[in-house]
Amino acid sequence: MSDILITEAGRRAVPQPSADPAPSPARGRRRGRASRVARQLARQPGLALAVAVVALVLLAAVWPGLFTARDPLRADPSAILRPPGARHWFGTDELGRDQYARVVHGAVLSLRATLIAVALAFVVGGGIGLLAGFAGGRVEDLLMRMVDVLLAIPAVLLSLAVVTALGYGTTKVAVAVGVASVAGFARVARAEVLKVRQAVFVEAARASGSRWPSVLIHHVAPHAVGPILALAALDVGGAVLAVSALSFLGYGAAPPAPEWGSLISHGRTYLATAWWLSALPGLVLAALVLATSRISRAIDSDRSRQR
Amino acid sequence: MEELTAPASPTGTGGTAGAVRTVRAGGLTRRYAAGRVLRAAGVVWAAYTLSFLVMELLPGDPVAAMAGAGLQLQPVSEVRLAQLREQYGFDQPVLAQYVDYLARAARGDLGDSVALGRPVTSMITTALPPTLALAASALALALVGGGALALAATYTRRRWPRQVLLSLPSLGVSLPSFWVGLMLVELLSFRARIFPAFGDDGVRGLVLPAMTLAVPTAAMIAQVLATSLLTALDEPYIQTARGKGASRARLQLWHALPNACLSTLTVAGLLVGQLLASSVVIETVFSRDGIGRITADAVTVQDIPVVQGVVVFSAVVVVITNLLIDLVYPLLDRRITLAGAAAVPGAAR
Amino acid sequence: MTSPDRTHPDMAHPDMAHPQPAGDLAEPAAGPARQDPVLAVRSLSVSYHTGSGPVRVVHDLDLDLSAGETLALVGESGSGKTTTAHAIAGLLPSMARIDGGSVTFGRRDLVTLPERQLRALRGRYIGVVPQDPGVALNPVRRVGPQVAEVLRIHRLAPRHDLPRLAVELLDQAGVPDPARRARQYPHELSGGLRQRVLIAIALAAQPRLLIADEPTSALDVTVQRRILDHLGRLADAAGIAILLVTHDLAVAAERADRIAVMTGGRVVETGPARDLLADPSHPYTRRLVEDAPSLAPARARPARTSPGPGPAPLLAVEHLTRHFPGEAHPAVDDVTFTIGPRETLALVGESGSGKTTTARLVTRLLAPSGGRIRLRGQDVTTARGGELRALRRHVQLVYQNPYASLDPRHTIAQVIIEPLRAYRVGTRPTRRARAAELLDRVGLPAATLDRRAAELSGGQRQRVAIARALALEPELIVFDEPVSALDVSVQAQILDLLARVQDETGVAYLFISHDLAVVSQLAHRVAVMRAGRVVETGPTGEVFTRPSHPCTQELLDAIPGARRTPRQQPPAHLEEAR
Repeated sequence: MSDILITEAGRRAVPQPSADPAPSPARGRRRGRASRVARQLARQPGLALAVAVVALVLLAAVWPGLFTARDPLRADPSAILRPPGARHWFGTDELGRDQYARVVHGAVLSLRATLIAVALAFVVGGGIGLLAGFAGGRVEDLLMRMVDVLLAIPAVLLSLAVVTALGYGTTKVAVAVGVASVAGFARVARAEVLKVRQAVFVEAARASGSRWPSVLIHHVAPHAVGPILALAALDVGGAVLAVSALSFLGYGAAPPAPEWGSLISHGRTYLATAWWLSALPGLVLAALVLATSRISRAIDSDRSRQR
Repeated sequence: MEELTAPASPTGTGGTAGAVRTVRAGGLTRRYAAGRVLRAAGVVWAAYTLSFLVMELLPGDPVAAMAGAGLQLQPVSEVRLAQLREQYGFDQPVLAQYVDYLARAARGDLGDSVALGRPVTSMITTALPPTLALAASALALALVGGGALALAATYTRRRWPRQVLLSLPSLGVSLPSFWVGLMLVELLSFRARIFPAFGDDGVRGLVLPAMTLAVPTAAMIAQVLATSLLTALDEPYIQTARGKGASRARLQLWHALPNACLSTLTVAGLLVGQLLASSVVIETVFSRDGIGRITADAVTVQDIPVVQGVVVFSAVVVVITNLLIDLVYPLLDRRITLAGAAAVPGAAR
Repeated sequence: MTSPDRTHPDMAHPDMAHPQPAGDLAEPAAGPARQDPVLAVRSLSVSYHTGSGPVRVVHDLDLDLSAGETLALVGESGSGKTTTAHAIAGLLPSMARIDGGSVTFGRRDLVTLPERQLRALRGRYIGVVPQDPGVALNPVRRVGPQVAEVLRIHRLAPRHDLPRLAVELLDQAGVPDPARRARQYPHELSGGLRQRVLIAIALAAQPRLLIADEPTSALDVTVQRRILDHLGRLADAAGIAILLVTHDLAVAAERADRIAVMTGGRVVETGPARDLLADPSHPYTRRLVEDAPSLAPARARPARTSPGPGPAPLLAVEHLTRHFPGEAHPAVDDVTFTIGPRETLALVGESGSGKTTTARLVTRLLAPSGGRIRLRGQDVTTARGGELRALRRHVQLVYQNPYASLDPRHTIAQVIIEPLRAYRVGTRPTRRARAAELLDRVGLPAATLDRRAAELSGGQRQRVAIARALALEPELIVFDEPVSALDVSVQAQILDLLARVQDETGVAYLFISHDLAVVSQLAHRVAVMRAGRVVETGPTGEVFTRPSHPCTQELLDAIPGARRTPRQQPPAHLEEAR
């Protein structure tokens, strides 16, 4: 085993072109963070665009009046099923409601459900995983068998089962989506804890006399939390999709409320005559999911570069 | 020394197949297989128990919900409710109900649908063929498309085509599949009038749903395979092969691809689960019959036995897929069965 | 080596298939004529293009290599030696560029040659033996086809002959039972055998030039020796020129006709091996020669006067045994030794001999299956909780890999203060002062306190790890291969530091190593382990001069450069060490 470590160290040294034995001193991990992010954005226009999309959607959720003055529920009998144009950017529906206003006002419903789902999965799943990793033995076996079971049921079906039991509504759909991602978080959290627990520096801390709780707080937790957060970032996109799929099937917000999934589902009736009713909300949805996945990839590669 | 860890799945999302496997050297493969089968049975049992708990113990009166579902128009009398309670055994203690249900499920009897009164098992077997046809054709499309995409993306060394090809899968995963389905209908059915929009009449009706289902599946395959290929192409043995004078195509196909396929295999369970789950949405979009359709209908009327039956059925399918992979994997990756001390450095990477 | 029967008549001139790849190389020279130039590198410059702009790693490099000659390219990690080798073989990673210069192989300039024609040369006229045999073979392909692949790519033999030829090639590379091995997968072969397979691959097409990049540094010393011997014989017989890339000056001295010393991406000195070692002209070469543990027989070291075991040993280990579940033989089997105060005991053995397990038992990171461990007469074999923490206060551990043993998130101050905090020694400000003092003791500036491990070099990290081990003023420090992950010159500095710290503080050492050469400078006594047992114990000088066990003899022979000193006359400093 010892010989492998030598060569790994040797190979690691190869791509490092510096002949100087010590790598260049502090690049200021914390001080330079803001400027590093700014530089990264400037170098990667795709990433900058993704950040802009997420920022816009967040703004729309918090302050929809900033984007449109129209009422998403007000019907205008004089403008029924108008195609997209200067007056109605996303066209109008069969009651003459402005589709753009409906999408803007729907952001808050979709985002709230997404955040509830991710937060639930993060807290419950991360907790189960940390506990299993820390405790080990029987507790770990029992918890991880439960996680195996959850993983064996496809996510959408698990969510549907929860919806069947809980009933309809945006919050209930959010809980159902969150439950379906618990297992993934639990696995990642446990794997991280196990990995850090085996690290030589953790054993070194033990060997130099530190107690377990101190080792957990100072060494294990800070290292384990990063990947779980990265997964949470990645999970946002998946949760947006899952929430909208359940709303599409009709289990989400009640009819007049402009939730994105139900907007697309509603437009299905007029697909042959008014394509914009489904197409444009879907594009916004896809843009948001793409943007979050691009950002989470950037976070991930940033983390692996810092390691 | 003789213990060996299987190479972990590249994405870490391989379900039980991606979990760390430990196999002892020597002829212990039979014991290994038996252990796997036993564990799979345990997962199915636990999935059944879990769905039972979720359905029966969550707030709300299931009988009232069921009665409302079954006889939507008339107001339900107390007498009828009591009848239903007796019929479904809800007057029994929970544990007795559970034991009774489990015993019946073990014999393949998943109870009767509340809304339709038909046995759940026969509903599932009737709905299975159209779903299978959809899933199989989508999988075939996805394997070809996703595989070709991954190979093309990792073959080209030019920066731009590579970046574009590598970002296609994440686009495919990000598109809501119900929306993709609607757009395909709009373009290829309403505008171009090539394929029928809805229904399940024959092969022509299968094209659009299969294409829709293939998009996220192909994206997933391409993502995992491209990552595995890139990882494999970075391995030192590729450098050895380059030293032999091997061409780039040879490096990809003869050296990297077999290794990459092995690690891609570990997500097959996830893939099957995804196909099943996506059928709920896609069969609704295209108004096709199948497992997904009966599930969506059952959820709408809160037909608990049907939802429970579908959940258990899909768990069985996923578990069997993972079990098959676990049993086949050692035959494909010889490091697993013929583990020796010498294998550890290579496999541990 | 030459086996005319295996060259198929119509395959005898493979160049017919390609447009004369290397001109004069196509006709095999009649016997190894030493003066034929095979390779001429002129002012080669290579740089890496990373996110932060290009960094030049090879500057204006010149090298010449004739047929049948072995040239060793020696340098420490980061010196650019591997990059040079890859540039010559055309195997540079995608982020590396050749900025200028030429690599003339035969009559062709490899730098300007298109990839397709380069491919026709690689494997056929230029063989490459990679660094780490553990990972250099495709894990899912059988050994035989991987060897035959060279012949197949270059169409040197008809398809149906390939399996037979692969077996022949394996046989020539010294693989026993080649027919069976050819059908096996790489993981079924030991590291040494895999390296022989890689040699078979490199020599399969009988190249003119063999580039061997640290071919044996991942192997045990004894295996390393056998492989290098065999490689030398094969190449000699066929008149193949070898470019041997190594960090180990002793290996180079023993194997090469000429040596080129690299540092900072430049060749600072080239010359015949003997002259270069006897009279190094460049200061860097002089330092390398002085630092190489086995090459410095005349190196002046203060004689280490052993305090001797004395009546009251600090640590007494009696009949220590450890079984791992599922393994037939105990990893540590009835091991007995003592360490006196201020004494260094070296525990030496090949990998798998149980020495690291012994270290982990002594520090009680593992529980023994049997036997006793006494610290100052007190039995700590089964210590738990408070007792165990008391033990750890007196016995500290320094790990092999300084890249892994320091938490990358912590500042150096946090790393060194951690044991102080654990035992509630001092207050916040005094702890920091203490950390600065400890850094000073291990030769690092106080400014290091606020940096992180990632910003330090391997040697600096190991100094930090030593400072952490010293923080609680322990009576015994256990070192598990503390220098084997470091460059040679850094190794020497760390060993000097350890000797100085011991003289100043009177701490005792248990020093674990696979390398007798490293141990000779520091240890008062040596215990040699094999298969879990201590086979020989004695004062360092005695073990080196009069080894009583064949295993010790083998370890001594394996020290590179040992061949140069007659076995009957031990190096002078070993005599002094007694």
